[in-house]
Amino acid sequence: MEKRLMLGNEAIARGAWEAGVRVVSAYPGTPSTEITKYASEYKEMYAEWAVNEKVSAEVAIGACYAGARAMCCMKHVGVNVAADPFFTASYTGVNGGLVIIVADEPAMHSSQNEQDSRYYAKSAHIPMLEPSNAHECKEFVKIAFKMSEEYDTPVFVRLTTRTAHSQGFVNITDREELPLKPYVKDPKKYVMMPLMARGRHIEVEKREIRLEKDVENSPLNTVEFRDKKVGIVCSGAVYQYVKEATNASICKLANVYPIPVGFVKKFASEVSELIVCEELEPFIEETLKVHGIKCHGKEIFGKQGELSVASIRNKLYGITVPNADLTLPQRPPVMCAGCSHRSVFYILKKLKVVVSGDIGCYTMGALPPLEAMDLCLCMGGAITMAHGYDKARSPHTKNMVSVMGDSTFVHSGITGLINAVYNKGISTHLILDNAITGMTGHQENPASGKTIIGEETHLLDLELLCKAIGVKRVQVVDAFDLKAIQTAVKEEMAKDEVSVIIIRRPCALMLKGAKPNGMKINEKCKNCKACMAIGCPAISNNNGKIKINSEQCTACKVCAGLCGFNAIEEIKS
Amino acid sequence: MENNLNILIAGVGGQGTLLASRILGSLASEMGLDCKVSEIHGMSQRGGSVTTHVRISKEVLSPVITEGEADYLLAFEKLEAFRYRHYLKKSGLLICNDQELMPVPVIIGVAKYPENIFEKLKAEGFNVKIISALALAKEAGSIKTVNVVILGAVMKIMGVDYKTAVRVAEAVVPKKLWEVNKKALELGYQCTIKSV
Repeated sequence: MEKRLMLGNEAIARGAWEAGVRVVSAYPGTPSTEITKYASEYKEMYAEWAVNEKVSAEVAIGACYAGARAMCCMKHVGVNVAADPFFTASYTGVNGGLVIIVADEPAMHSSQNEQDSRYYAKSAHIPMLEPSNAHECKEFVKIAFKMSEEYDTPVFVRLTTRTAHSQGFVNITDREELPLKPYVKDPKKYVMMPLMARGRHIEVEKREIRLEKDVENSPLNTVEFRDKKVGIVCSGAVYQYVKEATNASICKLANVYPIPVGFVKKFASEVSELIVCEELEPFIEETLKVHGIKCHGKEIFGKQGELSVASIRNKLYGITVPNADLTLPQRPPVMCAGCSHRSVFYILKKLKVVVSGDIGCYTMGALPPLEAMDLCLCMGGAITMAHGYDKARSPHTKNMVSVMGDSTFVHSGITGLINAVYNKGISTHLILDNAITGMTGHQENPASGKTIIGEETHLLDLELLCKAIGVKRVQVVDAFDLKAIQTAVKEEMAKDEVSVIIIRRPCALMLKGAKPNGMKINEKCKNCKACMAIGCPAISNNNGKIKINSEQCTACKVCAGLCGFNAIEEIKS
Repeated sequence: MENNLNILIAGVGGQGTLLASRILGSLASEMGLDCKVSEIHGMSQRGGSVTTHVRISKEVLSPVITEGEADYLLAFEKLEAFRYRHYLKKSGLLICNDQELMPVPVIIGVAKYPENIFEKLKAEGFNVKIISALALAKEAGSIKTVNVVILGAVMKIMGVDYKTAVRVAEAVVPKKLWEVNKKALELGYQCTIKSV
């Protein structure tokens, strides 16, 4: 058997391939993004970037109804977007197997909340597995597909950042080529309206009772007896930490929903004290307590952030580790040199505009020195929040805009724009079109005109779309043209109708061809530091002298536009 | 090379710490040892402070290195070397690229880039080796090969023979970028390493 070092996400894609999956659909979201990119590299599987998580879920569900094994992948907050189809797909069950990968992010390395997706499994009555390393990522996906078909249910596989984004050795095998299952018309199963859904709800309950019984004997859940004074119940990456940090006996759960309560009860009876070690919410702990199993958990570990070997040793044994030096200057993420978003936030700050923001690289417009974003809630929320803010304060809201990237606009901004026009709003909306899904590492989207494998496809015409929606005032502005941005924003905010300003430039990291020589400061510089106001990482203040790092500089010339002394010029080759 | 290693790679998002960690993973694979590499993607990759954890041993459990337990700290930038020094064991080795990249608080003048970092590290008792990787990367043909220059030097320090170093790097570097990276690896492997 061949052994290969793989990222957890890569192993998920491999597992899907080995399981004979035919269709994979996903919207990018850290820490789940790479799964679909890796999946697209296997030619036997069709993989696509969907425009959002609900769409990806429905694509996978449709493929599974058609008789194929299908998978969709998303980050934890993506499940909120996709929850609607999932809750009812739980009723219909499947034809070909259906697996939903959800990647939670304790510590929010690149997320807006720390929600715990295990509760979705419970409330949608969908079983959930949780792997603890890369090899299990691959194996559990295969097991999940078998479960899905055996129990006629979608199955969740839950990852966290440290399983999704850790590499480990994986034993790989060949693909199991499965024929398409026949599609048989069965409205009682596949048409969910009250009459049929009532019948299916009965099936859901029966299925869950069967699952609850069967997980008790699942070989996936294991017990390792070490010191019997303390027994620790855990799952996922936390199992690795517990095993390294303690000498306690371990009950490792792979079935996180439904939980094999009897199995844990037996383990509990063999140890003096039972502790549940889990990240985020007390999901396992609550279930055990409901079933009368005495245990400790959240009062020891809390609900915030990630656990680690160090934090577990600290909470259980009081062992400390060397502390980080917090006196050092921080290094927060920053818009890249040449980023097309920088100029926009500079102007919005200058105009003292209230900015309803959204999720993407441009969220960094909230950080110093630009600090020009007021609100940021969820994907697609910028336009709708601006409309609501406007309706609450109307008719005097003439100092607000929404800001959203092209990918987010396609994800869930379009419906909000239709709503604003339909309901006679007056809000102004900026679409920052850099033709790529940037923050997650450059995934194609309809505004890129390319598919996941780089094939040419229809390029979404944002201007035409906005006009079709009924936005009469659509302007297109060059992202590096400070004056044009300022004029357009002032002009559109003053209008008593919904308007859109598309601010366009490709992502600075996607520039093709030879790198420009960059800009330099000449002798006319008066050290006024006007160019520092945009927070470009290529411009620095070296003991009072301004310097441009030509290696980083992409010659966007936005800084030159701020200089009143013609002191910034392009380096001649 | 020892067969129980915790290697923390610290740098600035975009410097290529991920590829560097994959080269070390490839090395572990070659040695027949278990290995785990933990990475952080997403927002922190945009010019933020980033770390990648590489653990090599007979059996690796947690993919994340505990503070105070790193055998090596490979720092791609000076301030990041200083920031993550608490991860190093007392007997650990800090290998640092002498490049300085200004973080935003310094750029906008609300913080100062610490002075004499190497001297301070030495005064705290750390064993520090310095590489001028940027110049060598330029010599190799692309400033984007700083990561591979550093890895070349690191593998030399670890006692990996040159042929093995080339083989494990070639296994993970994208094919179309291999020529320039091979040069970078060679320059790194042969470079003069300064001690503080």
